[in-house]
Amino acid sequence: MTARRSWWKLALGVIFTALMLFPVYWMVNVSLTRTQDLRLSPPNIFPVNPTFEGFEAVMRQQLPNLGTSLLIGLGCVVLTVVIAAPAAYAIALLNLRGGRTLNFILLVAQMIPAVVMAMGFYAIYVRLGLLNSVWGLILADSTIAIPFGVLLFTAFMSGLPRELLQAAKVDGANAWRTFISIVLPMSRNSVLTVSLFAFLWAWSDFIFASTLARNSELRPVTLGIYAYIGNNTTQWNAIMATAVVASIPAAILLVVAQRYVAAGVTAGAVKD
Amino acid sequence: MTSSLTRRPAPGTDTVSVTVPDPRKRRPSRLLGSKWVAFAFAAPLIAYLLVFYAFPLIRSIDLSVHDYTIRAFVQGNAEFVGFENYAAVLSSPLFGQALLNTTLFVAFSLVFQYALGLALAVFFRNNFPLSGLLRGLFLVPWLLPLIVSASVWSWMLNSDSGIVNSVIVAFGGEQINWLTSPETALTSVIIANIWLGIPFNLVILYSGLQNIPIDVYEAASLDGAGAWKQFWSITFPLLKPVSAITLLLGLVYTLKVVDIIWIMTAGGPANSSTTLAIWSYREAFGTGQPDLSPAAAVGNLLIVIALIFGFFYLRIQRREATS
Repeated sequence: MTARRSWWKLALGVIFTALMLFPVYWMVNVSLTRTQDLRLSPPNIFPVNPTFEGFEAVMRQQLPNLGTSLLIGLGCVVLTVVIAAPAAYAIALLNLRGGRTLNFILLVAQMIPAVVMAMGFYAIYVRLGLLNSVWGLILADSTIAIPFGVLLFTAFMSGLPRELLQAAKVDGANAWRTFISIVLPMSRNSVLTVSLFAFLWAWSDFIFASTLARNSELRPVTLGIYAYIGNNTTQWNAIMATAVVASIPAAILLVVAQRYVAAGVTAGAVKD
Repeated sequence: MTSSLTRRPAPGTDTVSVTVPDPRKRRPSRLLGSKWVAFAFAAPLIAYLLVFYAFPLIRSIDLSVHDYTIRAFVQGNAEFVGFENYAAVLSSPLFGQALLNTTLFVAFSLVFQYALGLALAVFFRNNFPLSGLLRGLFLVPWLLPLIVSASVWSWMLNSDSGIVNSVIVAFGGEQINWLTSPETALTSVIIANIWLGIPFNLVILYSGLQNIPIDVYEAASLDGAGAWKQFWSITFPLLKPVSAITLLLGLVYTLKVVDIIWIMTAGGPANSSTTLAIWSYREAFGTGQPDLSPAAAVGNLLIVIALIFGFFYLRIQRREATS
């Protein structure tokens, strides 16, 4: 490939990326627009008179919601890792009987529509009084991440060198000790990957939040945005500013996970 | 960065499939402890699956064969009605429309996501400066919370103040009531959903392309095959298994989409963008009065459809893993 041709491709690639990311740019642009300029026709392509009105509204109205989302996200991460990692260890390294069946069940579990799960949870939570609670949302949101977590950990742990486990056995370590001091530390990249995705999915969840925490005092930020859309259609700069803030975890994940996803994921949806 | 992208878990919305090595292929002597130790490590997961997957599912089947009113719901004395809810759903005039909308939504989303994803994957296969970075940026729509994407698209497609209409008008076109007219509402949500699905298709197809040996292209090149010919005689046929996996997985995910449609149009106007998943969601939670029994019936029909295609996917995936 000549240098000239590759520059052409770079230019084309930049154009494609710009087109693809235009909605994201537009979100930032609108978030910085003054309320009186929102209905301009045609709209300003750049934030001509940038204002932080929208972000001030976020600070005034959405901070508690952001805190709730953070709490739910972190709770979900802990629950996911605590349940998924030992199970994957059993499947990948302890030759769990029925491990294949378990994997199959997890694959099928991921195909169940969230709306059906939400109904089941709703019916159960009504009885248990778990509606509108942070705990209820953590438990429900974790159903998104746990099957993924088990499958990812299993794929990674299956690739760990068996000699290490042999050595641990010779040194007199039992299964639990081996798990805590050898397998988990070696799997830290996949722990990080699973944690990042568990956090992101819990943070982004709308279906469970809108069904199980509809009348909650503690609302996650996704419901905060949804309520905004329903109530004041004039304040799109505030809606977009909230959207910008709600996108921060995704941005962090994109920057951070590039490194860890590579190390942690040993198998993708497609066989390598 | 290049390798990280080919190896990320490649799900569309909220799920992932990973090819797990078959434990039967290598069964060394038990390294640590007995089978009871193994079971103890898996026990929390098994308990979790029973309580948080099996139980809600059984509960939703239970809802669909009873007539649950709000009162019966709290008291727990709903009347058993067998398949009445299913019969009512199947004979409802909305069923045909919801099924048609679901089919259109899924079909158009998949075709365009796949075509655009494949075109971009082929494009990014030429390593040019910064291609890894640009490919990374393409993941952004997939990582954003759906409420964010949906509200951005809502505002972009706004009739009076949206950027899309002002571009159309600037080129001499007519303003389109994207979200508020029954003719275009479904198209609008399909456009947004295609945008959301491109990253998933790009990532999987790109990693599929990486597995096609480069010398096949070199041989074709020597035989005088141009880029177009190479694509149709090499890339596309060799990518068929990966394509099948991408499309089936995409299908299963697209069937259950609720967020994006609900936030943009709530299934309206006049049910013009109501899919089966939206119908179920609206019956259950869209109004002040949750009507869970018909909602569960619609939802369970959706599960059946999703699982039929899901098993096709699992079969193809297994065949790929063993080949």
